[in-house]
Amino acid sequence: MIPTDWLGPQEWQAVQLSLRVAAVATLASLPLAVAVAWLLARRRFPGHGLVSGVVHLPLILPPVVTGYLLLVTFGTQGPVGSLLKPLGIVFAFRWTGAALACGIMSFPLMVRAIRLGFEAVDPRLEQAAATLGAPRAWIFATVTLPLILPAILAGATLGFAKAMGEFGATITFVSNIPGQTQTLPSAIYALLQTPSGDAAAMRLVLVSAAIAMAAVLVSEWLSWRMSSRIEARR
Amino acid sequence: MLEVAFSHRFQDLALDVAFQAPAGVTALFGPSGCGKSTTINAIAGLMRPDRGRIALNGRVLFDGAVDLSPQARRIGCVFQDARLFPHMTVAANLRYPSRWRRGAARDFDRIAGMLALEPLLHRRPGTLSGGERQRVAIGRALLSDPALLVMDEPLAALDEARKAEIMPWLERLRDEIRLPILYVSHSVPEVLRLATTVVLMRQGRVVHSGPLAAILADPQLAPLLGAREAGALIGARVEGREADGMTRVATAGGPMLLPGLDLPAGHVLRLRILAHEVILARGAPRGLSALNILPVVVTQLQDGLVQLALGPGPQHERMLAQITPRSAKTLELQAGTACHAIVKSVSVLPS
Repeated sequence: MIPTDWLGPQEWQAVQLSLRVAAVATLASLPLAVAVAWLLARRRFPGHGLVSGVVHLPLILPPVVTGYLLLVTFGTQGPVGSLLKPLGIVFAFRWTGAALACGIMSFPLMVRAIRLGFEAVDPRLEQAAATLGAPRAWIFATVTLPLILPAILAGATLGFAKAMGEFGATITFVSNIPGQTQTLPSAIYALLQTPSGDAAAMRLVLVSAAIAMAAVLVSEWLSWRMSSRIEARR
Repeated sequence: MLEVAFSHRFQDLALDVAFQAPAGVTALFGPSGCGKSTTINAIAGLMRPDRGRIALNGRVLFDGAVDLSPQARRIGCVFQDARLFPHMTVAANLRYPSRWRRGAARDFDRIAGMLALEPLLHRRPGTLSGGERQRVAIGRALLSDPALLVMDEPLAALDEARKAEIMPWLERLRDEIRLPILYVSHSVPEVLRLATTVVLMRQGRVVHSGPLAAILADPQLAPLLGAREAGALIGARVEGREADGMTRVATAGGPMLLPGLDLPAGHVLRLRILAHEVILARGAPRGLSALNILPVVVTQLQDGLVQLALGPGPQHERMLAQITPRSAKTLELQAGTACHAIVKSVSVLPS
């Protein structure tokens, strides 16, 4: 366990919130990222380029713009936000909004990594499975998915790291409310604005570097284990 | 019976393929790029041709109205690159089809035994040699309970030693499992050892299809197998052994003597006689070291190849001799000329 007295309560809150936001953002967008990556890698359809462009928009747009568009769309007065509000789903100025912003910002990175995985799977293996009588959904679950697991893992790690570091869209969409929407980057930013915050900011910088490093190491180890199962090892 | 007739246009090749494959092994033979692989993809349902009709044992797999999925066609495929699932053990690969093709699951032990796969069951494809991989691929295709087995150059990626290792398994397959096999190859030795019917393809078209022996003895078609390969395949039956160890066999053209055979009387063989191993003589030759001299009748001449009829009447078989235009002129050979064929060497193929 990390000693909690090393970080102040507000800093600790920011770390916990960031982990939760990044985990929810990654897990919630992963299935959609797999689906979109499959669509882009394996299907040719009218509007292919458009879908690819829209998916990549958050990567190209200034994060502030993405945050503003989220605010306009998912804010309580926005077209989607006002529809969801009666259902009890509110994004604006809530941690769920931070997760939504992080999910959207990390989405293109996840799609790119997973799409590379789909493109690396030999479609002739899937053809072979079809001649053996397996239905398409079964082929996807038993042949395609296991072979792209390392790519999915790489995409998830990249997405998680991006979500941990997301700042611009989050602070624009859900502001910087301690305990509510103040993630690690926004906490660091806030601390840097106060005259005596340098030391606390440095502690959070170290924490975020450690989390990012740990995520990469865990994913490297997992993908090494997976590919060694596939490759020639007895 | 497999009936295939389809056409398809690629940018650089127009395919127009039509043939029928009866029971036994049908070799789809032709140079690389002539459309063999496309043809079997169309049969297996992995590629949709522009138009045509494909039927297996009377069941339509593809025509204007029907286009069965690969899953519904029940065609077992063995690909050149094996295409085993790399993340599964050999056993899991072999059992993959049994969830969907229940009829096959009970054959597991028999087929694993026939292909000697038991020692490999717990290994992963990445640890197997090329020959072992192909054996597993053959087993997996058989365990999908197919109505037809399609093999796309299953030996092409293997070196000679591995080929020699797999070949007997393919022969067992042909002789023990009564399953029609479509065998794609551009290797004459493979076709000679395995095929009963040959479909010759060139640039997207079927040049000829028919029994192997008829193609080998046809002076127009035999060169398509390669200049060095022209020559006949004739049937023979072992009659007994001579005192000096030679084996006497009966052929349509009369008795022949073969060295180095140890087979019981009554055993049926196929003899391969290459055209350049046959010498023709108008008169009965004397004082030759060659033992096998058969009376023959010329049936046709074509580009230095002479087709000869062995034996009288409708049971006659045909063989080829390679001669120069000058010899043809000197001997005054023409259809109907009777002469003697001196056979220098014979190779024996299992039947």
